[in-house]
Amino acid sequence: MSITSLPETDRSVPLNRNRRSALIALAGLLVAEVVLGSIWKILPQNSAVSPNVFTALMFLMVPPILFFIYDAIWGIKSRNSKMASYPMMLIALGVFVLGTLWTVMFSFTNIKIIPLFTPADWVKGFVGLANYKRLFNTSRWMDCPGLTKAFQSGWEFKCAGALPNMVTYAVLSIAISVSLGFLLAVMMDQKIRAEGVFRTIFLYPFALSFVVTGHVWAWIMSPEYGLQHSIRALGWESFSFDWIANRDMVMYAIVIAGIWQGTGFVMALMLAGLRGIDDEIWKAAKVDGIPAWRTYIQIVLPMMKPVLVTTFVIVSSGAVRIYDLVVATTDGGPGISSDVPTRYIYQNFSANLGQSLSASTVMLVAMAVVLIPWIRVEFGKKSQA
Amino acid sequence: MANTSTISAEPSGAKPKPFITWERAVVYTVLIVCALFFLLPLYIMIITSLKSISEIQGGNIFVPSSNPSLAAWEKAWNSACTGLYCEGIKVGFWNSIKITVPSTIVSIAVASISGYSLANWPFKFSEGFFTILLLGSFIPYVVMLYPIVIITRYLGIFSTLPAVVLVHTIFGLPIQTLLFRNYFASLPQELFKAARVDGASYWQIFFRVFVPMSVPIFTVSVILQVTGIWNDFLFGVIYAGPTNYPMTVQLNNIVNSAQGGKAYNVDMAATILTGLVPLTIYFISGKYFVRGIAAGAVKG
Amino acid sequence: MSYSVSVKNLTLKFGAAEVLKNLNLDVEEGEFIVLLGPSGCGKSTLLNCLAGLLELSEGQIHIKGKNVTWAEPSERGIGMVFQSYALYPQMTVRGNLSFGLKIAGLPKADIEARVQRASEILQIGPYLDRKPGALSGGQRQRVAIGRALVRDVDVFLFDEPLSNLDAKLRSELRVELKRLHNRLQNTMIYVTHDQIEALTLADRIAIMRGGIIQQLAPPQEVYNRPVNLFVAGFIGSPAMNFLKGAVVDGGKAFQVGNTKVSLEGYDGGTNIERPKAILGLRPEHLLIQPEAEAGMTIPAQVELDEPMGADSLVWLVAEGHQLSVRVPVENRPKPGATVHLKVEIHKASVFDAESEQRI
Ligand SMILES: Nc1ncnc2c1ncn2[C@@H]1O[C@H](COP(=O)(O)OP(=O)(O)OP(=O)(O)O)[C@@H](O)[C@H]1O
Ligand SMILES: [Mg+2]
Repeated sequence: MSITSLPETDRSVPLNRNRRSALIALAGLLVAEVVLGSIWKILPQNSAVSPNVFTALMFLMVPPILFFIYDAIWGIKSRNSKMASYPMMLIALGVFVLGTLWTVMFSFTNIKIIPLFTPADWVKGFVGLANYKRLFNTSRWMDCPGLTKAFQSGWEFKCAGALPNMVTYAVLSIAISVSLGFLLAVMMDQKIRAEGVFRTIFLYPFALSFVVTGHVWAWIMSPEYGLQHSIRALGWESFSFDWIANRDMVMYAIVIAGIWQGTGFVMALMLAGLRGIDDEIWKAAKVDGIPAWRTYIQIVLPMMKPVLVTTFVIVSSGAVRIYDLVVATTDGGPGISSDVPTRYIYQNFSANLGQSLSASTVMLVAMAVVLIPWIRVEFGKKSQA
Repeated sequence: MANTSTISAEPSGAKPKPFITWERAVVYTVLIVCALFFLLPLYIMIITSLKSISEIQGGNIFVPSSNPSLAAWEKAWNSACTGLYCEGIKVGFWNSIKITVPSTIVSIAVASISGYSLANWPFKFSEGFFTILLLGSFIPYVVMLYPIVIITRYLGIFSTLPAVVLVHTIFGLPIQTLLFRNYFASLPQELFKAARVDGASYWQIFFRVFVPMSVPIFTVSVILQVTGIWNDFLFGVIYAGPTNYPMTVQLNNIVNSAQGGKAYNVDMAATILTGLVPLTIYFISGKYFVRGIAAGAVKG
Repeated sequence: MSYSVSVKNLTLKFGAAEVLKNLNLDVEEGEFIVLLGPSGCGKSTLLNCLAGLLELSEGQIHIKGKNVTWAEPSERGIGMVFQSYALYPQMTVRGNLSFGLKIAGLPKADIEARVQRASEILQIGPYLDRKPGALSGGQRQRVAIGRALVRDVDVFLFDEPLSNLDAKLRSELRVELKRLHNRLQNTMIYVTHDQIEALTLADRIAIMRGGIIQQLAPPQEVYNRPVNLFVAGFIGSPAMNFLKGAVVDGGKAFQVGNTKVSLEGYDGGTNIERPKAILGLRPEHLLIQPEAEAGMTIPAQVELDEPMGADSLVWLVAEGHQLSVRVPVENRPKPGATVHLKVEIHKASVFDAESEQRI
């Protein structure tokens, strides 16, 4: 708005109002600061509230105060909206952006337990890629001895460690739950009876905590008194189902629990997608004499691409994060054979922060790889609009 | 022409259909088999919790107890050991309530107002902030865990209730803001304009015009947040501190505390108890729950 | 100088797109102004600027002599009625009417009196305690008008208020709006797509295109003396006939094909020749007659006719142009016949083909 082109008398009215309300708000903030300050003064000095709290609160209030001054001078619009969005903006910038940057930056330093986070600390502690080198030399993180001899004769693919475990879990659980979820959605879409009952049954595990899921499945799959024991007791002596206690199979056991929990969610999303497809498509396909299964595969599936991509992104961002399920089902066992990155990172927080931060950064990169299809769909939509 | 079912009969009236086609049979068979797979753990959880230890050791996991008893439930609630003390999972239950109630209220308050601002009072860079939030919701939590430890330490709230509330607010914000933003954006813009012409302020429009017509979305949001926060494990372990451990963490400790052999019946009773709150919400609110998870998938 | 509403050099941009361009508009006290124009020309945008719902990029708005450019919507003394009614669904009709008054902090008795008066004027008394969901479209729109009425405003802004109603209700409410205006004598600014509404309601019509007011004049003038080709073609249904030709004979005649039509009696200044000009004739300003008259008629061939009740629209071809003529049904000629069209030149318009302005 070009203020200069307006006569002096014309700008006085709105500006006065802005100034007044800004002054009131400023005064309010000052009072709040003073009150906070006196509260801190009267608190016992060795209480849980450290002087840092006061400093932090003062610090948090600087942007709104600056904003009010700016507002008073320029009379900008949407003031309430900006003030009310302050927590959101603070979280977006302070946690999501700065937090991520901090983790990535300090993964290149040798900082220890006590957090140091000034640029000077960073320069002082800079060690380049040392943390990453160590990380990928740690067999608990990744141990793929055969990888260097790939495709030579006698090559045997074998990978262990937290990162490969996560990949195994992600690939298998996504593939199975997405295809099973789609299949179930298609069947639910056949105008069946008791659709509500089926949906309730398929979806209830999703309402449960991973911890609950993990403990139930750990009990069912426990070789001691679980499924294996019961079936052997029935007379099938050679029956064996001990994945959960078997180093090579334990991740598959976790995949079973993951599928049980997550397939209903995929089914619900797919069903919503199927229901969103125009009825005319079905009529047209019927008139053209195309069999239903071909319609699903050749017409409906391509139309569901956005739903599929969204589902894929949501499911895989969950799979990359996998933690509670493993903790509850096996707690990384037997030994560390079902360790996953989040668990590795969490357990290294106190003793080995550099490992944690570099492993976190690797996770971030893994997530970025998964996000690319989603971003492409989003951008594709925008450029078309 | 009554009762003619000869082949040469002219087609007339409704086309006769077989009682059941083989396609239908396949569909129902698959659905029922899958339903059994999904129900199995619930069934096993319940019957195991009603057995005695000797029945578990001697019997079959699929066979219900001949002499069901609630003793394991009583023990799980009141006196199961978490490794440190033996006060049962009720401690965790009340902790979870203490965490869930304020976290839900704070996170929905922040998210609904942010969504309202984004939808109706956009300002410079507001969409930019929103994009950051959305992308942020896909960043693995571990990336931000340590920075938040630093922040909460600095604020002096690490290992206390406010820290968990803060963390749930932070990580609930993206999806909740998206939910509210899309909902408010779908309301007619003219309604908003009419309220402004009527002289309603930013807050008056929100509380007197929008909130009363947004009961469904608040319901969806409460359901999502309560189940999500109740089911959380990681944030509880890291930020709540041992005295505030939520129910999921207590459950894990009970199951893993190996004092005098595994008491599967108590474990399963504790597991059911932990799942009871979200399950109840799920069964009562079915439609809203489905709507909530679908809303998370509809991007704006 | 005291206009009711005065817009000065208003420019509005959405990003880089200029939706309103240096627009000026002065509205007299008590005037009924209709904004008319094709979709996307900026009518709603202008109305929203007047209401204070959009921030201007440049310019000023004065209402009742006061500069309200930066004032909040509620401080401008305006009431607004929307196409979709925009009633608060959770409040009763009474609640809807009194919401703005409560916010303004009026005393209860005063609010009650105003609601009572508005409900009498608009005959919505019986529904005061219903929710909008339980009202018909016409009733809802009445309530929406009532919401502006109770606030006792100087200026009413209407954004296509009748578009969501069916044809019958629309004409009923149109009459009612006119009655309301006669009774209240407020300034009203009214956006519509409907030419009938524009022509019947307006004291003056503002025809807009691309964010610019093309012509601001009483309905009859807009209809009879459109300032340019766009206005001429936009107003009137069926549309005006255009004949491409030239102004010849020192500005005394219009030549189309081999025919010359005298411009004697033309309502406008044509005393220079123009090699390229357009003659605009409304379908009812042409008469079909069997014989030619030198300098007054154009020969034409009848193609087909469309009877529309009392009148019939006859389509003809004359000098390579398609024309339509409105005639009483009983006088319509047979398809295929050759006839002569007598031009009522004092009601015609001549436009320069380059500048598209009326001469
Ligand atoms: N919020 C906005 N952001 C960007 N462009 C907009 C916005 N609102 C309107 N426009 C554009 O401004 C132009 C004018 O819009 P406006 O709504 O004023 O048209 P209108 O004359 O009321 O049309 P209609 O008769 O269809 O209601 C249009 O081209 C429209 O696309
Ligand atoms: Mg419009």
